[in-house]
Amino acid sequence: MEQYYGLFIYGLSLLTMGGIYAVLTLGLNVQWGFTGLFNAGVAGFLAVGAYVQAILTTPICTAHLGCYDWPIPLAMLAAMVLSAAVGWAIAKICIRLRADYLAIATIGIAEILRLVFKNEIWATNGPRGVSQIPKAFEGLPAPWNTIAFLGMVLGLVAAIYVALELARRAPWGRVMTAIREDESAAAAAGKNVEAFRLESFVVGSALMGLGGALLAQYLKQIDPQVSDPLTATFLVWVMLVAGGSANNRGAVLGAVLLWAVWSGSEILSQHFLGLLSPNGLGLLSIKEAGDWSIRFAYLRVFLIGLILQFILQKRPQGILPEVRPKPHPRLRGSTAPVASKGE
Amino acid sequence: MMEFLSFYLVPGVVLGCIYALGAIGISLTFGILRFSNFAHGDTMTLGVYLTLSLVQLTGLHPLLVMPAAMALTAIIMLGLDQVFYKPFRASPTIMLVIASFGLMLMIRSMVQFLWGVQLQALRTGIERMSFYGSFGILPRHILIIGATAALMVAVHLVLTRTKIGKAMRATSDNAELAALTGIDTEMVIRATWVMGAALAVAAGVFLALDTHVETMMGFKLLLPMFAAAILGGIGKPYGAVAGGLVIGIAEEISAYPWIGAEPLLPPGYKAGVAFGIMVAMLIWRPQGLFRGRQF
Repeated sequence: MEQYYGLFIYGLSLLTMGGIYAVLTLGLNVQWGFTGLFNAGVAGFLAVGAYVQAILTTPICTAHLGCYDWPIPLAMLAAMVLSAAVGWAIAKICIRLRADYLAIATIGIAEILRLVFKNEIWATNGPRGVSQIPKAFEGLPAPWNTIAFLGMVLGLVAAIYVALELARRAPWGRVMTAIREDESAAAAAGKNVEAFRLESFVVGSALMGLGGALLAQYLKQIDPQVSDPLTATFLVWVMLVAGGSANNRGAVLGAVLLWAVWSGSEILSQHFLGLLSPNGLGLLSIKEAGDWSIRFAYLRVFLIGLILQFILQKRPQGILPEVRPKPHPRLRGSTAPVASKGE
Repeated sequence: MMEFLSFYLVPGVVLGCIYALGAIGISLTFGILRFSNFAHGDTMTLGVYLTLSLVQLTGLHPLLVMPAAMALTAIIMLGLDQVFYKPFRASPTIMLVIASFGLMLMIRSMVQFLWGVQLQALRTGIERMSFYGSFGILPRHILIIGATAALMVAVHLVLTRTKIGKAMRATSDNAELAALTGIDTEMVIRATWVMGAALAVAAGVFLALDTHVETMMGFKLLLPMFAAAILGGIGKPYGAVAGGLVIGIAEEISAYPWIGAEPLLPPGYKAGVAFGIMVAMLIWRPQGLFRGRQF
C-alpha cells in the first residue's frame, strides 16, 4: 500500500512539473511557433518570474530583499508583468534581428540576468538563493496540498491553452503566422510587422515569467541555478520541437512527454546503479556508484539532444503538426490558398 | 602606467587572441554554411579535453600534442557534419541553427560523461612574471601571443595562397557564383569544418593554459566569440581577428579603476562587456567594422 502511495505522489509531481513546463512551452510557442522568434533565453525570463515571486512573498528576509508579504496570486501576476516588461525592453532592441542573431542576443540576455542574480547579493542572496518561498495551498493536509497545487497548475495550463487557441484563430494569430511565413508580404499587406513581433515576444515572456513563479513555489527555494540554460532553455525547446511547433496541443504534449522521459530516465539510471552498488550485486563501491550517478545525468542530456536531432530529421513538424485554422465561413469556397508551414 | 600595461592590457591582448581564434571559425561557418554555429564553443571544449588526455598519455607539453588534438577534433567534426548538418543543406538555415543547438548539448554532455566535471589543469606549477624594467609579463602569455600570431599567418597564407583557401573566400562572398565557376561546395564545407575546428582547439588550449580545464569553458566563450565575429563583420576572417582583440581588451580594461579607486565595472559583470558591444553593433552598424554581410 505504501508503495502505491509513493507511486501516486510521484505521479502527482510528474504531472505538476509537466504542467509547469507546459506553461513555459506554450510561452515559447507564442514566440517561435506562431511568430518565428528564436528566443534562446527562456531561462532568463523564467528566472525573472521565479525571483519576483520569491522576493514578493517570502516572509523571512534577513539575507535578501523582501518581507513584502504579497498574496501569492498577486505575486504571480507581478511576476508575469515584470517578465513581460523585461521582454518588452529586450524586444525593443533586438526584435528586428534575423532569427539566429535574436537567438544569440537572447542567450546573452539570459546569461547577464544570471550574473545579476548571482552578484546582487543584497537583493537575491547571491548563489545561496532564496528559500522558504510560500507555496499555494501548502496549509492543506498531506496529499491534498499537492493535489490542490497540481489542480492550480493544470487549471492555468487549460486557461492559457484556451486563450492561445482563441488568439491563434483570431486575426491577431493569423497575422503572426503571416509574419512568420513571409515578413515582407505581411508588411506589404499593411501590417506593422515590428509591433506584432513585439506583442508576441511580450506575451511569450509573460507566460515564461508565470512558469518561473510556479516553479519557485513548487521548489520552495531558488538560486541562480534556476536559470540553468540546460533545464530551462534547452529542455523547453526540445519539448516544443518534439510536441509540434505552432500547435498548442503539441506544446503541452511535448512538455509532459519530455518531462516524463527526463525524470523517468533519472529513476531508471538510479535503479540500475542501485543494482550494481554494494546493496545489490556489489560491482561498484558507494563512491564509484555516486560518481557514476553524476555521469549518468550527462548521458540523459545526451539522450535529450539525440531526441531533438531525430525529430528534426525524421519529423520536423513534431508529433502533432500545425493545423491552420479554417477560413471564415464567408470566405469558404473562395480560392484563397491555405498557408502551410514551409520546412 | 606600467601596472595598467602589465595587469590589464597584456591579459586583454591574450584574451583577445583566444577570442579571435574562436571567432574566425564562427565567421567562416557563417560565411560558408550560412548559419550561427552554437556548437562551436563546445567543439573547443572537446579539443581541450582531447589535448588533456594526450598530455596525460605522453607527458609532452600541451602545445606539442595540440596538432594531434586538432586533427582528431577536425575528424570528429567532419563526422558530425555528415550525420547532423548534411541532411539540412537545402533546408532553411534555422534548421541548422536548431541542430547546432542540439549538438552543443550533445558534445558537452559527452565530454562531461567521459571526463567528469572536476576542474583540471593542462600544466601544473606556478609561473612568475618576468620583468623588463617595470613592465612584467607571464611567460605563458608570451607563448600564447606568439603561437596565435603564427596561427594567424598560417590562416592568412591558406586563405590567400592555396586553391582551397581561395575557394573558401569565393564561396563566402557569393555561394551561387562560386558553385557556377565549378568550385566543389562540399569540399569547401569540409575545409571550413577542419579550419574552424583546428582554430577552436588552439583557442581552447590557450585558454586552458592561461586558466584551467573545465567543461563549461567553451560555452562561456560562445558569446564573446559571436560578439567578435559580429564586430568584425560576419564572414570576414580578418574582421573576426580585429573584433576578438577589441573585445578581449575591452573586457580586461573594464575592470581598471578609471574613475577613483574602484574597478570601473565590478569583475562579476566582465562577461557583460562582450554582450554590450555586440548589441550596440547590431543596432548601429550590423555590417560590422569590416563591411561583412548585413541582415
